[in-house]
Amino acid sequence: MKLYDGGKIIFGLIIFLGLITIPFYFNAGKAVAPPKPKLDTPVIQALAVKECVKPKEIMRAEHMRILDDWRNSVVREDDRQKIVIGGKEFTKSLQNGCLKCHSNKKDFCDKCHTYMAVNPYCWDCHFTPKENKS
Amino acid sequence: MSIDRRVFLKIAGITTAFGLGGSTLINGLKKRGLEASELPFAGKQGGLTAKRWGMVVDMSRFRNEHDIQRVIDACHNIHNVPFFKNPKHEVKWIWTDTFNHTFPGMESEFMMEGLEEMPFLMLCNHCKEPACVRVCPTQATFKRKDGIVMMDMHRCIGCRFCMAACPFGARSFNWRDPRGKDEDGRPFIRKLNPEYPTRMKGVVEKCTFCTERLAKGLQPACAEKSNGGLVFGDLEDPDSELREILRTRYTVRRKQELGTQPSVYYVIGGNDDV
Ligand code: HEC
Ligand code: HEC
Ligand code: HEC
Repeated sequence: MKLYDGGKIIFGLIIFLGLITIPFYFNAGKAVAPPKPKLDTPVIQALAVKECVKPKEIMRAEHMRILDDWRNSVVREDDRQKIVIGGKEFTKSLQNGCLKCHSNKKDFCDKCHTYMAVNPYCWDCHFTPKENKS
Repeated sequence: MSIDRRVFLKIAGITTAFGLGGSTLINGLKKRGLEASELPFAGKQGGLTAKRWGMVVDMSRFRNEHDIQRVIDACHNIHNVPFFKNPKHEVKWIWTDTFNHTFPGMESEFMMEGLEEMPFLMLCNHCKEPACVRVCPTQATFKRKDGIVMMDMHRCIGCRFCMAACPFGARSFNWRDPRGKDEDGRPFIRKLNPEYPTRMKGVVEKCTFCTERLAKGLQPACAEKSNGGLVFGDLEDPDSELREILRTRYTVRRKQELGTQPSVYYVIGGNDDV
């Protein structure tokens, strides 16, 4: 088998491969580390046992479903029964529940969501702790 | 990744425009009765409960503008109701209008002195047969077992059918972002209550009889601040203060003839005391 202009073709291929893999070199070793949501808020630090509504693994995967459940039970079924975490009562609420503990929305919720490119529209209506102060 | 209600609507709109699902939608709307929207709800803990919540507005207790403004502010401040100067953009949960607009058809040639100038307080009537609930395509508005006509903001797609259906003008559409500011840099929401959510551009809102306060055992904010001018109670409980007033005083409801059975009654006469 004879490859006409073999040298030129191979040279071209190498350049081509180099070009299309640029994004990989460009990103190598950065920005790919998974986010580490921070838990060092005053309320969480004051907890005797560092627990969430459900175990951590379930929270990670299912927290949107829990929020959905909560809003249906509060708004539609008028069931505002408190939940108990580590002996303390918390409200079934986004801004007055989750964010009482996770008051560092930027370093917690947003960390993951930015990484995962999800952008919940909840904050158009529900307040975040920072806005509370203004 | 995630789509919000407006993106969803655009897609849904385009789909319908292509004629897909158009007839299914109409059939679905036709079949839905009121009962489908009456969802069961669990018992409460320490909250106020009733078979059917109602209210009496005793106009004799509202002597001046301050009495009225106090009640309006009590509601609008805790619920983050925005104030828009442009009346076309107005958002209101409790408001006033003239006698002739409140009770059309009841005006006469020679009326009680001062009646026509008197501002009448109005709020959602929480009708027994709410027209808004019938027309809502997403059940965003629904009637609770205790008679309250509730809004679920999470389901509202902003179609405004409910506004067209409501004969009392009790519903407001958010034409603008309520969290914005006017030309002078003043926020539309004058005083933020961080405990209660705002709304967003593109949803309809109205009075909820303060469901979040009832759950805590509190009266609606307006009734609490009304010095007895707004009496809140259970229409189905013959021993309630509300029923006592309805037994002993002449009351009227707005636009009774439409058959929506409002739960808000008015005492209009001014001279005798309760
Ligand atoms: C009582 C305070 C408290 C409340 C209320 C609370 N959390 Fe948490 N949350 C925690 C703590 C503490 C952890 C860490 C748990 C662990 O490490 O096992 C946590 C963990 C999580 C995680 C996993 C984080 C990770 O590192 O993977 C998510 C997601 C989460 N919470 C979301 C929520 C949401 C959503 C709500 C409201 C529905 C909520 N939390 C309510 C205290 C709370
Ligand atoms: C451990 C990472 C992590 C943390 C911490 C986290 N989330 Fe999420 N969240 C996600 C992921 C991933 C998704 C997307 C899931 C999907 O698309 O199926 C998501 C989705 C959501 C959604 C649904 C969004 C949609 O458009 O469907 C809501 C609501 C939400 N999160 C609220 C919160 C709140 C509130 C907090 C902080 C109290 C929080 N999340 C913290 C990872 C996280
Ligand atoms: C259009 C405005 C709006 C948007 C957008 C919105 N909410 Fe709400 N939400 C409300 C209102 C109003 C209530 C009723 C509050 C009450 O009665 O105490 C509420 C109540 C809730 C409740 C129960 C009570 C509370 O105080 O939190 C939860 C949980 C909730 N919403 C979660 C969410 C989540 C999660 C999202 C985003 C996926 C979201 N909401 C988006 C307006 C909104």
